[in-house]
This record gives sequence, structure tokens and C-alpha cells, in this order.
Amino acid sequence: MARPLVNVPAKVKRGQVFEIKTLIAHIMETGFRYTTTGQRIPRDIITFFSCTYNGEEIFSADFYPAVSANPFLTFYTTATETGTLEFKWIGDNGFSETANATVTVE
Amino acid sequence: MSEGTSRREFVIGALAGGMVATFSAGAARATPDEMRMAMRKVVGNATVRKGRIELDVPPLVENGNTVSLVITVDSPMTAADYVKSIHVFNEKNPQPNVIGIHLGPRAGKAKIATRFRLADTQMITAIAEMSDGSFWSASAELIVTMAACVEGL
Repeated sequence: MARPLVNVPAKVKRGQVFEIKTLIAHIMETGFRYTTTGQRIPRDIITFFSCTYNGEEIFSADFYPAVSANPFLTFYTTATETGTLEFKWIGDNGFSETANATVTVE
Repeated sequence: MSEGTSRREFVIGALAGGMVATFSAGAARATPDEMRMAMRKVVGNATVRKGRIELDVPPLVENGNTVSLVITVDSPMTAADYVKSIHVFNEKNPQPNVIGIHLGPRAGKAKIATRFRLADTQMITAIAEMSDGSFWSASAELIVTMAACVEGL
């Protein structure tokens, strides 16, 4: 259902600051909308995102209902060594999704 | 609250007042209490100074469901001096918080981009917490022609 997309450069130079882009399909239902019959649609959002680089957390974010559907995030990190970037999204109703990307540092 | 204005309320009030004066040219618009409360939760007793943050948002928003937001904080991002967190607040959405970002010295560059929702024409404020404990803020006024949260189902 929720398909994450991550964009990380395959190769970077040591010490270089590189850009990481993430996108995940999610409705991000705010919990403030009503159906035509007047029933409140329950909240269903992603509440937390984190990114680790070789196990060390480099970035995290708390999401609120004001974040758009299909949350998109761009952030940066410094290339230290070749390794894995792990991405994790956690949300309402037990939502959990992960993604990985490897980066080669020259 | 009946016990008069505490120092904290004064600081937050002064901050909000300053922002209103800057961005709506004296128009009487009260910053909603919820936004102030949310800011107070993050900032505590500290003084928030203006500057060091650049907010890149469209001045005119056609669709409030997806508004692009780029935040750049002026920081060397070294182990000794870095941005700890960035919080974004709004005035008129159902909830005052937009997003909370947690960074560290490993981030390399204090710049993030995302997309968020706006329910009405309003002002948004970003507050950054530095590793030395200081807080910096920036605000931007956005005009929304089609608001989020109102579309029929």
C-alpha cells in the first residue's frame, strides 16, 4: 500500500554533503474532515520519520496532520564512510514502513 | 489566566506582536493562543530572536493541500555549533503544529524541504533551536486561494 521512494546518490566523495530525498505514499487523513453523512473521518497519519546512517540517527521528524498527503522530505548529510541509510516511517493504526539505500564513499 | 502577565507570556506575546507588526503592517490580527501555547511548549522560558532562518514559501498558494516549504538555517553544522531542531507553526489550521525536525552535527547542512497543508490565508513561523540553547525564528505570510480541509468527499 504505502510505497516509499528514496533518492540517494550512489557515489559521493568523502566529506561531501549530499542530498537525500524521500517520498512515501500515504493519505495523511487529518481527522478533521467529515463524510457527507456527518461522520468524522478518523485520523490516519504518519507521525514519525527517521533516517540512520550506519546505525547512527542523522535525521528525524515528527509529522502532524498539517503535513501533506504523500509526505515528501529533503534533507542532507555528510559522507563519512560507505554504508547503508535506513529510513523508517511510523504512523497511526500500527503503520510502519522501512526503506534502505546504500551509498559508496570514495 | 487571572494572575496577570508572567514573564513567559510577555516574551511570547512580544514575539508574536513583533511578527504581526512586521508582516501585516499594523492590521489587527491576533495570533491565536494555540500557536503561542505550542511555541511555548517548545521554547519554554527562552527568548526567541529573529533571524538565521530563511523560509522559502510561495507567497500565493493556489492549492492549500500541498504547499512547498524550504527551510534553511544559517549554521556551520559542526560538532560544536549545530541546529538541534526546527519546529514549524501555523495560526489558523485546526492544529498549531506543522512539523518538527530533529537534526544533529551529522546533517552537514541545516536545510530541509517538505510539503504541508494550509487551511486559510495565514502566517507561518519556524523556530530553530541551536546547540547552544538559543532560539531563532522567521515568519512568512501566505495567501491561500483554495484551502485544504474544505473539499467535498
